Amino acid sequence: MSKRIDVKDLNVYYGDFLAVEDVTINIEAKSVTAFIGPSGCGKSTFLRTLNRMHEVLPGARVEGEVLLDGDNLYGPGVDPVTVRSQIGMVFQRPNPFPTMSIRDNVLAGVKLNNKKISKGEADVLVERSLKGANLWNEVKDRLDKPGSGLSGGQQQRLCIARAIAVEPQVILMDEPCSALDPISTLAIEDLINELKDQYTVVIVTHNMQQAARVSDRTAFFNIAGTGKPGKLIEVGNTHTIFSNPTQKATEDYVSGRFG
Amino acid sequence: MTSTLTPVRSKRSALTKGQLPKYAPYVVLAAALILGAAVLALVGFNAFGWGVVSAILFAIGLVSWSAAVEGSRKAKDKLATCLVVGSFLVALLPLVSVIWTVLVNGIPGLLTPGFLSSSMNGVTGVYDRRAVEEGAPVLGGIYHALLGTVEITLLATVISVPVGLLTAIYLVEYGRDGRLARAITFFVDVMTGIPSIVAGLFAAAFFFAVVGPGTKTGAVAAVALSVLMIPVVVRSSEEMLKIVPNELREAAYALGVRKWRTIVKVVIPTAISGIASGVTLAIARVIGETAPILVTAGFATSINSNVFSGWMASLPTFIYTQILNPTSPANPDPSSQRAWGAALVLIILVMILNLGARLIARVFAPKTGR
Repeated sequence: MSKRIDVKDLNVYYGDFLAVEDVTINIEAKSVTAFIGPSGCGKSTFLRTLNRMHEVLPGARVEGEVLLDGDNLYGPGVDPVTVRSQIGMVFQRPNPFPTMSIRDNVLAGVKLNNKKISKGEADVLVERSLKGANLWNEVKDRLDKPGSGLSGGQQQRLCIARAIAVEPQVILMDEPCSALDPISTLAIEDLINELKDQYTVVIVTHNMQQAARVSDRTAFFNIAGTGKPGKLIEVGNTHTIFSNPTQKATEDYVSGRFG
Repeated sequence: MTSTLTPVRSKRSALTKGQLPKYAPYVVLAAALILGAAVLALVGFNAFGWGVVSAILFAIGLVSWSAAVEGSRKAKDKLATCLVVGSFLVALLPLVSVIWTVLVNGIPGLLTPGFLSSSMNGVTGVYDRRAVEEGAPVLGGIYHALLGTVEITLLATVISVPVGLLTAIYLVEYGRDGRLARAITFFVDVMTGIPSIVAGLFAAAFFFAVVGPGTKTGAVAAVALSVLMIPVVVRSSEEMLKIVPNELREAAYALGVRKWRTIVKVVIPTAISGIASGVTLAIARVIGETAPILVTAGFATSINSNVFSGWMASLPTFIYTQILNPTSPANPDPSSQRAWGAALVLIILVMILNLGARLIARVFAPKTGR
């Protein structure tokens, strides 16, 4: 239940502005790939193009190919809704639906699409998803309480449970721990390690230690200056990127000399 | 072990300036009231003048005492407090006065037997003259007008809410500040400024042209009220939809939910409390309109429960006609008693709607808690 992503010569534009230039990268199935780089270098923008979420922003468009196990996400006639049901996303700030209970939040992907599901199946799905997000033990006695009553770290794990409940092939995470304290961060990192047994995980992070801890492969993005497009500088095994990068810019960044 | 406690000062702390005693405002108030009464006694006493003079004296007294003891910063603070409280009282005065007048004048009418359950059908000047001269009970009631108001307003709501809400959804979710969206916003702003009588004339002329000359029914009035209601509904719903965080829309999209389902199942439920209270306030806004109903539904003295045919009474037009053309021109008192009773009922209706709006907002509000 996981697929690989191959990106070929991808350019991302906001209107006429070239935000990310010429990215070619292979993201392996059942592994964790981390995107690191300074602020504004296009990591999050690029991540959003992997499930066409950038289209929500007016004027955003791409050139190039993104292949999900060989199928181009940007081919003619491809429905972005189908793409997103295969490639889920977890955002920077936890965003559970405030009008729904914990249980309904997990079932949101099913219920919002009006799919019929029996109560028994729903119970199984809720338990499996919450267990998958390491949240079951904490919320099993209050599934009917609102999701917004949970702590920030719990809310973020609820959002992960909501994402895996629709059984995607790939999970994209956009700085999922930046709004969380160290203990909640640790819980999410443990969870990411478990998720890669079943899913392809792509994570954007500002925290290099986090990238080193959780990822198998790391991609370094950089930007030459304000107004210039972001570029993929180097991608490789996390160990190689952090100990023996081939590019000078990568070495400077991971050793803390700039950025 | 030796402790080095700082000796407690019996004198004033070095960090404070002079302070007025806690009872200072009450003393000044009492002095101002007495002095005010004395001043008014010289020119002829009246309660309103006493209040105004006392308030001015109170402000002057408190501020100058404070300036003498506490210094200029505290005195300015006291002056600002006096102005804020004074403005609040001035703003409250008309409201309290209106409610008091309507209560005093309206309760006798409201308590008349049959006031809420009978119409003016068959009530002629003869009965009113008998009520005044022989002390017979005042006959007639507002059942027909209450029914008309409720039906016309309900129909206006049924027309306005879908149109207004869908317009707001277009503006917020689909318009993306394009040319059409900006044009709609502009015309909605223009619509909010339409005088109500013009809306009434428009509805009347429209139905004259489409259905036939002289068409005056409750439905025409409902259309006129919709013209007034739609911009209010659009505006309030638009504001409510705008404050739904974009993150929730993105969360739904990322789950593979289509845009219209996201709007129907995530955006609207999140904003529903604000939308519902906005709609209720819009109803409260149009329920008291008189002019557009006069030119569209006419006025009736008997019960007509069909909004699509025949003239229809409503509370505002009932009040208007009872005051302007009393049932018995020589004995207008029973008519004005009925008019005040109807006014009281109208105010109670509006208050219920306002309370309903708060209740709805609370019931639908996203729940928090653990």
